[in-house]
Amino acid sequence: MVPVDYYIILSAILFTIGALGVLSRRNPLIIFMSIELMLNAANLAFVAFARVYETFSGQIFVFFVIAVAAAEVAVGLALIVEIFKSKKNINIDEMNSLKG
Amino acid sequence: MTTPTYTDFYTLLPYLILTVWACVLLLVDLFIPVGRKGITAFLAALGIAVTLGFSITQIGAESVGFSSMVALDGFSTFANILLLSSGLFGIALAYGYTQRFNMVRGEYYILLLFSVSGMMLMAQANDLIIVFLALELLSIPLYVLSAISRKLTSEESGVKYFLLGAFASGFVVYGTALIFGATGSTNLAAIFAQAAAGVTSGLLLTIGAALLLVGFGFKVAAAPFHMWTPDVYQGAPTSVTAFMAAGAKIAGFVALFRVFATAFPSLAPELTTILWALSAVTMILGNLTAISQTNIKRMLAYSAIAHAGYILMAFVPYGNAKVAPTAIAAGLFYLVAYAVSNFGSWGVVIALEKAEGKGLEIEDYAGLAKKYPALAAAMTVFMLSLIGFPPTLGMVGKFYLFRSALAGGFPGLALIGLVTSLLSAYYYLRVVVNMYMKEGDPEIEREPWLALTTGFTAIATVVVSFVPQFLFMLAYTAVMR
Repeated sequence: MVPVDYYIILSAILFTIGALGVLSRRNPLIIFMSIELMLNAANLAFVAFARVYETFSGQIFVFFVIAVAAAEVAVGLALIVEIFKSKKNINIDEMNSLKG
Repeated sequence: MTTPTYTDFYTLLPYLILTVWACVLLLVDLFIPVGRKGITAFLAALGIAVTLGFSITQIGAESVGFSSMVALDGFSTFANILLLSSGLFGIALAYGYTQRFNMVRGEYYILLLFSVSGMMLMAQANDLIIVFLALELLSIPLYVLSAISRKLTSEESGVKYFLLGAFASGFVVYGTALIFGATGSTNLAAIFAQAAAGVTSGLLLTIGAALLLVGFGFKVAAAPFHMWTPDVYQGAPTSVTAFMAAGAKIAGFVALFRVFATAFPSLAPELTTILWALSAVTMILGNLTAISQTNIKRMLAYSAIAHAGYILMAFVPYGNAKVAPTAIAAGLFYLVAYAVSNFGSWGVVIALEKAEGKGLEIEDYAGLAKKYPALAAAMTVFMLSLIGFPPTLGMVGKFYLFRSALAGGFPGLALIGLVTSLLSAYYYLRVVVNMYMKEGDPEIEREPWLALTTGFTAIATVVVSFVPQFLFMLAYTAVMR
């Protein structure tokens, strides 16, 4: 059996890649994919820990995360489509009509 | 499989009423003709009022429900009442504003109800699963509300809020995963018990708590996680900004208080330094950046950041059992003071706002005192309250906060708070100077609900400051129980 440490290290790497992606990418769709990567890194950690403690609650949390992520996608994509209709462009560097 | 009992439902009753009401209203709204969406607003306000009534009957009640996933205690009831009142103010400000700027939609009020219900769930959460669900339930409607006016600025604000908000929930979820890994549970009391027993991996627990702090830092707009705040507050419709500035902040802090005070007292030595730094940086950065703003919405946004710093101050000595209850009560008191002045000042901004984002510069307030003395007087009260100048609620709130910081042994933090408050007088008083000492010809909107909100909050800001003991004791009993 693969030791749990390996899963946690993998999930930490995935989480870091996701967080760096959010900070460095300029396309909201890619940013959103990076956020999904962060959430799934957490899911992996949950499942691995749930195996260690032999309890279901970690696995149940994963279902909640998946469901909420789906709800976020629905709202997020709608917002991105809406701004694309107004600007014909979704690069966040060009979302600069607000500044001070 | 256990069936839910009466206690389970009673614990969660205010939240359940509001959620069911919102779901039913979503259907009812279909049958209300476009020209008469005032009915939806009325029904939404009625729902909040009914829930508020139930919440008031729960004062003093204490229970846990649904396998201790949610808790009902003085703290949650205090927060519920505050959040529901914020919802009422939010509807009152939105009613005229949405009509004036052609964004009358029934969904506005329903989304607001869902957001309030998420905030209430947050106040009652006793398990990190519920904290996460509540965080999303309060945030997702706010993303939509920010973008609801369908202007480019509003849409931009919605997308930015959404991306940063989702990023923050990523941190919350990962933090929760690590805490679960360290303790084998997501229940706050069980986490505390595990941590106290010392059988856990301390490193995982500390990193997990720090990640939670980052996630909540985003939500309450604490520096260095505040970058989204000015853009979102400026771009969103002003009535939405008023609601989220108060509601999201209250909910975020209430969850922070509960999660950290219940689950992580053992981490206090490590976290106190971090919290100290967060609070100091937020106060300094928020106030310094606010000085250079010319747009009143941006100025109030930076002021909201600065106030997150002041409230964090209450939170720094949370691990010290002797000081913590007074400090957290001071934090609750300041949340009330902030919410009241916040709704009032945004109400004045709404009164002066014109189409196409005009009327939002600080210069547009020139001459307001001569033409509309009552409105100018109200704005002066709110500005003084945000500075912390007597006789206002903000002054009493800051007094309690600084006192608890001193009692907790953080004189440096109290000093930073005092100096930044003095500094903040510069930009708040600039609004007052413009109103009273410059010539101008401003036009305002006369709406009964707006006038009622502004008048009520102005009077409350002054009157309650003369009997603050009453409110403070309410907050203190709420924390102690």
